[in-house]
Amino acid sequence: MAKFQYIVIVGCGRLGSALANQLSKLGNSVVVIDRHQSSFEKLSSEFSGFQMEGDAMELSTLHQAQVKKADCFLAATDNDNVNLTVAQIAKTLFNVPTVMARIFDPARDDVYRQFGIETICPTALSSQAFLQALEGQNRENNS
Amino acid sequence: MRVIVIGSGKMLYFLAKQFATAEQHVTVISEKQTECTQLSRQLDSTLVICGDGSDPKVLNDAEAFRADVLLSLTPYDHNNLVACQIADKMFGVPKTIALVNDPDNTELFRKLGVTVAFSATKIIAGLIEQQTGFQEITNLVPVANGLVTITETKLPEESPVVGKSLLDIPLPSNALIACLIRDDRVIIPRGQTTLQAQDKVLVLTQPENASKVLSLLTGHE
Repeated sequence: MAKFQYIVIVGCGRLGSALANQLSKLGNSVVVIDRHQSSFEKLSSEFSGFQMEGDAMELSTLHQAQVKKADCFLAATDNDNVNLTVAQIAKTLFNVPTVMARIFDPARDDVYRQFGIETICPTALSSQAFLQALEGQNRENNS
Repeated sequence: MRVIVIGSGKMLYFLAKQFATAEQHVTVISEKQTECTQLSRQLDSTLVICGDGSDPKVLNDAEAFRADVLLSLTPYDHNNLVACQIADKMFGVPKTIALVNDPDNTELFRKLGVTVAFSATKIIAGLIEQQTGFQEITNLVPVANGLVTITETKLPEESPVVGKSLLDIPLPSNALIACLIRDDRVIIPRGQTTLQAQDKVLVLTQPENASKVLSLLTGHE
């Protein structure tokens, strides 16, 4: 990853705040958007970016966050449909070069991956991790 | 024709009731359990499914693969967009219609593949604006997905265009006086036709020009 990118993160839950903390610590310029002020309590003291209280589904919020200047846009709310919608807005309306969305539902993940939205599916990732760990266990037992 | 309607409340009930005729097969999807029970009692020939209309599994249960039209009318724009996109991409539904709650999203939804995106807010705001500004207007109908408006208005005595021929009226280029109704007779006007007070005029315009053209015809701001 190139150094010092301008990154917009939507949703400051467990995932959003972890990403914001880490990316800010690495020296990037980070804006994190959430509907509830209280969500920003999860940001650590190492976070030196901006917090924005607002609904990312409203275009004015995204304009205010200067999404058109962003190098990277991460959709990390707990709602799959919101993530898919804001990711597509960032991609088609604001032409952000790197756009990623977290999608819980593997079926939805499949569809949207097919039409060019970069998605991260925690369900698929954890099942993979479980299966790999299980395989490792079995190999150990057999040897 | 097979229609799927996603939504809740009275709008869902009355739409389903209106659509359900001999030639049309309607499936409704609502997330509210109690509402679904009630709907299935009220609507005899309609299949009612309880679930999230943007969930591919639910759409599969609703037989989206053989639907002709899908309407998504929930109060959340993101749910409406995703339901339409999944219906389109995954099930090949030929026509998708979405309610857009935030009027700013209308253009965007069309760009993202929704066949028809309409904003109730915009339609109502337009109606109110027109009705309060011009009492002579009796009808305002958007056609061709809202690209063109047909308006009926009666020319008042003080109208600046009364006594003028169509050729002498400085109408914008994307507006047309299509028809006159004078004493219950229909006149298809030509350039030489002269307008009279009390004429009913049918005007075709693009929506952004509608109020300009109407001010010109009625003399009201």
